[in-house]
Amino acid sequence: MLRYLGKRFLLILPTIFVPLILVFLLLRLSPGDPAGMMLGDQATAEQIAALRSQLGLDQPIWIQFLLWLKGIVTLDLGNSIFFREPVMQIIPRYAGVTILLTLVALTLAVIIGITLGLVTAMNRNKPIDRGVVTTAVLGISLPEFWFALLLIFIFAVTLRWFPVAGYNPPSAGIVAFGATIFLPALALGVRQSALMTRMMRSSMLDVLNEPYITTARAQGLPESTVIGRYAMRTAAMPVVTVAGLSAGYMLGGAVAIEIIFALPGLGRMLVEAVGRRDYPLVEGGVLTISLVLAVLNLAIDVIYAILDPRIRYQ
Amino acid sequence: MTAHIASLPADRASPALDTRIVLEVEGLSLSLRNADGLLPIVTDVSFAIRQGEAVALVGESGCGKSITASAIMGIAPDNAEIGGTITLNGQAISGLSPRARRKLCGRHMGFIFQEPMTALHPTLSIGRQMTDTLRHNLGLSHAEATSRAAQLLDRVGIPRARDILKGYVHELSGGMRQRVMIALAISCGPSLVIADEPTTALDVTIQAQVLDLLDDMRRELDLAMLFITHDLEVVGDFCDRAVVMYAGDVVERGLSADIVRSPAHPYARGLIDAVPDHDDGRTRLTPILGTVPPVGQWPPGCRFAPRCNRVDAQCRTRPALELHGSTEARCWHPLEPSA
Repeated sequence: MLRYLGKRFLLILPTIFVPLILVFLLLRLSPGDPAGMMLGDQATAEQIAALRSQLGLDQPIWIQFLLWLKGIVTLDLGNSIFFREPVMQIIPRYAGVTILLTLVALTLAVIIGITLGLVTAMNRNKPIDRGVVTTAVLGISLPEFWFALLLIFIFAVTLRWFPVAGYNPPSAGIVAFGATIFLPALALGVRQSALMTRMMRSSMLDVLNEPYITTARAQGLPESTVIGRYAMRTAAMPVVTVAGLSAGYMLGGAVAIEIIFALPGLGRMLVEAVGRRDYPLVEGGVLTISLVLAVLNLAIDVIYAILDPRIRYQ
Repeated sequence: MTAHIASLPADRASPALDTRIVLEVEGLSLSLRNADGLLPIVTDVSFAIRQGEAVALVGESGCGKSITASAIMGIAPDNAEIGGTITLNGQAISGLSPRARRKLCGRHMGFIFQEPMTALHPTLSIGRQMTDTLRHNLGLSHAEATSRAAQLLDRVGIPRARDILKGYVHELSGGMRQRVMIALAISCGPSLVIADEPTTALDVTIQAQVLDLLDDMRRELDLAMLFITHDLEVVGDFCDRAVVMYAGDVVERGLSADIVRSPAHPYARGLIDAVPDHDDGRTRLTPILGTVPPVGQWPPGCRFAPRCNRVDAQCRTRPALELHGSTEARCWHPLEPSA
C-alpha cells in the first residue's frame, strides 16, 4: 500500500510541473507587457525599461524560470505586479472559494450520478431508464454556462429560492454558504453527473452479470445487500476514475461559473490577472490549481486502493 | 414418501440407501420468452435425490444441465417460464415467491460454482463474504460468524484459516479458492448441495483433491448432492445415480454404475466411448459425430436422431423414457445390456 502510494506521489510531479512550464512560456510569448500595462499609454520607453528591469523582466527567460522555481521551493512566489503584495497572500483569499466549489460540485455529481446510474440499471429499458438516459445525453451536450443561466432563471429569478449571484463563506453559516454555492456547484457538476450516470449504469449492468453476484444471491443474501454491497463495491470503481477526470475538468470550468455567479474564486482571479499581464499572480494561480488537482487525484487513488485490494499489490 | 417412490418406479435409490428424499424434480420444463415467443430450453426433467446421495446431471455443453440447476436454485433468468414441480424436503418450492425462494438459498441449498475465481467477490475479503452469509442466514454475531467461518475453512482443509479470512480471492491458488467456495456452500447447514462443474476450472492434480473433499463432506454431513458434470469418470467414481441429458431432454436415468458399465441410450454410449480408457488399449477415442442442435432447432421425435447410427423411420416420433435392462432410456432402439 505504501509503495503504491509512493509511486502515485511520484507521478504527481509531472502533473504539476508540465502546466507550469507551459504557462510560464505562453505568458512571455504572448503579446503585451506588464510594465507597459501598468504605466499606461503616456509612459516613455525609458520608464518602461526601468520598470521591466525592476521586475526582472529584462533577464533571459531561462534565468527568470530558474528564479521562479527557486521561489516555489522557498515558498516565495514573488509579488503581484498589480496588487503589489505577495502572491502567497493573495492566492488563499481566492483559492478557498474554488476548492469548495469544486468539492461541492464533485460531491453533487457523484451522488446524482451513482443514484441515477443505479436506478436506471435496476429498471433497464423501462420508461424511467429511457427517460434518464435521454436526459443524460442532453446533459452531456449542454455547456455549463448555458445551464448556469437556466438555473439562475428558474431558481433565482423566477422561484427566488436562491440568490442570483454573490458569495457567503462557510464562516457565515452553513445555510448562507449553501444558498450561494448550491446553484454554481449544480451548474458545474451537471455535465459530469450525466457522464457518471451513464458510466454507473453500464458498469452496474456489467457487474450484475458477474458470477459473484449469482453466488451472493445463491447464498441467500437479500437483494438489498447483493446490490448495495456486492455489486456497488465493484460497479462504483469506474465512477471513481471518472471523478478524478471530472475534478480536473471542473477546476477549469470553474472560471466561467465563477464569473456568471460573481464568486470571488481563482478562476475569476486568473482571468483578471491574465488581462493585466500579472505574471507572478497567473503563475501562482496555475500552480495552485495544479496542486489542488494533484491532491484530488491522489485522494482518488487512495479511495481506489481501499475499494480494490488487487491494485495495492501491482 | 412411498408415494414419491411409487411415482418413480425405476428411479431406484442406491442399493445401500433407504433415506428420505431431499430433492424431487418432477416434469420440470423451462422456456425463455423472447421477441419471437417461447423458446424451449429444457423439457420434462424428472429425478430425485435422497439424503447422503450424489446424483450426476450429465451432458455436453448446451444440453440444459446448468439452467436446470438454476431453476432448482430459483435464480433462472427473469424471462424464463418454468413448469413442473420442485420439492425440497417435502415442501413444494416451485410455486413460491422469489423472495421465499431466496430464503431457501444458503440455509437449505448450497451452491458450488465452476470458476471460483469469478464466483467469489474480487474486492471483499473471504471472511467478509463468509460472515455476511452466516450472519444473515443464521443470525450470528460478528464474532460468532468469524469463528464459525474459521472452523469451516479449517474443515475444508485450509491451513492458517484466520489469516485466509482476512485475504482476498486473488491471493489464493485455484484449489484453495474452490475449498473456500465449498466452505461457503456448506456454511449454513444445507441439506442439498448443487455443484456445477466444480472441478472443470481446476488443474488435473487438484481436481481429485476437490472431488475427495466433496465426497467427504457428503458423507460427514449426510448431504444430498447434485453434481453437474460432463465427465463420466466423475460420474462413475463419485455419484450413486446419474441423469443423462441431451438437447434439453433426459435421455437416460439410472444407477451410475449401470450407466457407465452398460448404457442403453446410444448418446450415453457415445459419451463413454469419448472418454480415454487406460485399460483396454484403444489408441483412438471415438467421438460423437456432429454437434448438439441449438435450442429452437431440435428435430421432432428423438433429438439425438441426426447423430445416431441406429436411427430409422420410427425415430421421427418422440420416444418415452422407459426401462431397458437396468436403466431407463428415451430410445426406440436401445443398446442390449452387456453381460
